[in-house]
Amino acid sequence: MRRTTYREITGQYVGFYGLMAGLGVLILLSLAAAWHMEHQGHHVTGMTNQIVWGMPHVLAIFLIVAASGALNVASIGTVFGRTWYKPLGRLSGLLALALLVGGLAVLVLDLGRADRILVAMTTYNFKSIFAWNIYLYTGFMAVVVVYLWVQMERRMNRFAPAAGLVAMIWRLVLTTGTGSIFGFLVARQAYDAAVLAPLFIAMSLSLGLASFNLTLAATCRGTGLELGDGLVSRLGRLLGVLAAVVLYFTAVQHLTNLYAAEHAGVERFILLEGGVFTALFWLGQVLLGGLVPIALVFTLPAGRALGRVVLASILVFLGGIAQIYVIVIGGQAYPLVLFPGKEVQSSFFDGVVMSYAPSLPEITLGVGGFAMAAAIVMVGLRSLRFLPESLADAALDPHHRAAATDAEEKAPA
Amino acid sequence: MTGRTPQQGFDPQRRRFLSAAAAAAGVTLAPGVTLYGVTAAGSAAARAPEDPVTSSVRWGLLVDVNKCRDGCNACVTACVEENGLRGNGRPETDAQWIRKVELRDPSTGAKRSLPLMCQHCASPPCVDVCPTGASFRRADGIVLVDKHICIGCRYCMLACPYKARSFIHEVVEDQKPYAPRGKGTVESCTFCVHRVDEGRTPACVEACAEAGGDAMTFGDLNDPNSRISKQVAAYVTDQIRPDLGLDPGVRYRNL
Amino acid sequence: MGRRLVLALLLLLAPAAAAAQDSDAGRVPLPTIVKGKGEACVADTAYMRRYHMTELDHQRDETMHRGVRTRKFSLKECVDCHATLAPTGGYVSVNAPGQFCRSCHDYAAVTIDCFQCHAARPGEKETKRAGAFPRTAGKFRQESEVQ
Ligand code: SF4
Ligand code: SF4
Repeated sequence: MRRTTYREITGQYVGFYGLMAGLGVLILLSLAAAWHMEHQGHHVTGMTNQIVWGMPHVLAIFLIVAASGALNVASIGTVFGRTWYKPLGRLSGLLALALLVGGLAVLVLDLGRADRILVAMTTYNFKSIFAWNIYLYTGFMAVVVVYLWVQMERRMNRFAPAAGLVAMIWRLVLTTGTGSIFGFLVARQAYDAAVLAPLFIAMSLSLGLASFNLTLAATCRGTGLELGDGLVSRLGRLLGVLAAVVLYFTAVQHLTNLYAAEHAGVERFILLEGGVFTALFWLGQVLLGGLVPIALVFTLPAGRALGRVVLASILVFLGGIAQIYVIVIGGQAYPLVLFPGKEVQSSFFDGVVMSYAPSLPEITLGVGGFAMAAAIVMVGLRSLRFLPESLADAALDPHHRAAATDAEEKAPA
Repeated sequence: MTGRTPQQGFDPQRRRFLSAAAAAAGVTLAPGVTLYGVTAAGSAAARAPEDPVTSSVRWGLLVDVNKCRDGCNACVTACVEENGLRGNGRPETDAQWIRKVELRDPSTGAKRSLPLMCQHCASPPCVDVCPTGASFRRADGIVLVDKHICIGCRYCMLACPYKARSFIHEVVEDQKPYAPRGKGTVESCTFCVHRVDEGRTPACVEACAEAGGDAMTFGDLNDPNSRISKQVAAYVTDQIRPDLGLDPGVRYRNL
Repeated sequence: MGRRLVLALLLLLAPAAAAAQDSDAGRVPLPTIVKGKGEACVADTAYMRRYHMTELDHQRDETMHRGVRTRKFSLKECVDCHATLAPTGGYVSVNAPGQFCRSCHDYAAVTIDCFQCHAARPGEKETKRAGAFPRTAGKFRQESEVQ
């Protein structure tokens, strides 16, 4: 097997530090927003006793879900031995780590008592899926670090497939865990569905790959690294397949819910009468985040794939945010059913569809998570050898024309 | 010990709750030594302040919806007063431990009015999901939030089927000494645990009786001789969302 | 790299530390210990000074989770006893500057979290009874001063 040489990024001080400074500002702003929320109390946010999880949770869940999916590229390379993806393994691991750190930071900073994070890490309720997730997330970080190390340390290379396998299994469990956070909420009509776990796994693969594609494209553009069209097309088509899988599980989720009569109300709400949620679902998630990018990547013009794949990745990315918004916020906006068949009214908004308007601090806090992830990737790229010398098609696979079979694209989900 | 004698109310309502003869709450044996809460004849022995609660008691509440008047808010007012739940005029973020819910059957037009609060579930989802164990169920069935370890993640609020919990969205000042509460943590009805531990009934129950409603009965569901147990045994009572199998400690009659 | 950073930080801080030592005027004033109401605290001063938080912590778990309501190490009792009457009527918060809890904690530069949730003044019953002060059965001795 040919050996890929890796490098760190060098030079381009203005661009690099300019971008870093911009991200730094975003991160500082998000810390200020968190401090504001903490100091004033959460009444300065759009969150209420009815919509208890808001924009920070939407964006944090996106980041965490995408983190586990971002590792997909590395898995395809090491576990499934696809030569095309192998040189990308390190970047994939780095991105996974960065996204997870960003997402967890947002989650923690939104806590009512973020100052008690030590309590959260020392007092556990082992029945809580949430507490399990704390282990899953920290464990994931450790696993990815080891995985990166065995990839980067030549003497350890032979352990790469084993580490990759552990990482892959771990991230499947992690995403199942994240999906189960909602799946365990038996009383909420919108969440009471077993399909949420596989749906979250599918989402993680597709959102993670979209994030990876965008990171890769931006890195190559910034560093002048050559990016082969064959590789881009592969990544694009893989994204298309994964986006289709997400659509499939979304359909299963809603169809099974429709089948259960007691959930018909919430389904009608999301699919027909939910106003902003309905719009986000059909236009944001299904059309722009699903059908359009799928169409884009399966009609790639030969030799000029990059632009379209980037556009498709952006759409999948935004569609993913819309989807999580619909799941998290929409599921809470729809009232709990306490007295089936009765009309209810109270001072506590029983039976009322709640509206939610994210406030500036919440959004700033969430965006800070993305900035943090981006900054971690940039620092990583600058200080360690994450990037291959070349990503030109010929450097990846001399027989790349012959090797471009369909089987290659079908990544294991 | 300062030797104070805790004020023990001997109101008629409580007398009734204490059912039979031997009920004597708050017997002062000596200055500073008080026997609290003799709950009912022949069952749970008096619990001294140094004794922990045990599962031989399960506190419960029975609401007779027929007696609960539309428009009466006495229980809610009493709760706010007792626990110091002064709001900030922001109904979406202000805490509500108990609320009146008005029901209407669209097919018949029949109306119902009832108080709704934490149902003190026997298998409480809020406790199951809480990552830190801050939400917990006391041995005597009262579900509480330990605000010392609550991190304010609000997962329990998502999990509670009854929307019984509130997050404290703003700084709180001038709390009641027996009802600590502060920004950034979650809270819900405590069954007035500070009163129950003294052998008294929750403030809402007392207020309902004083307002002439007498719609609420509080007591030990484990004691066959308590008023609540007798009523639950004699009449058909309902739990809200029994399909969830949480076995709430709050029951409703004539729902 | 790390060591250089620490060194740089130390160099930066050194003048500040020196300045702090030079001027006695800038020193944190000694705490003023407000007298409790009776003759003696529930345990002797040295013990309370060192272990009050351990006891309070223990008591908090006992009361919260097991419903044990003994009063010896109850925070409520601390407040009831150590809060001072305001000249305008009612009690001053023990968490107000110069008051029992706060003055010592300010001196030791330890923040108090208790009163974010707990009442820092005696309750109504206590306030009503304030007229009958000093309380009859109390046995509190004056707190000794911190030296
Ligand atoms: S009603 Fe809600 S808050 Fe109360 S015990 Fe049940 S789940 Fe917990
Ligand atoms: S908000 Fe507090 S009580 Fe509720 S689940 Fe989180 S830590 Fe537990």
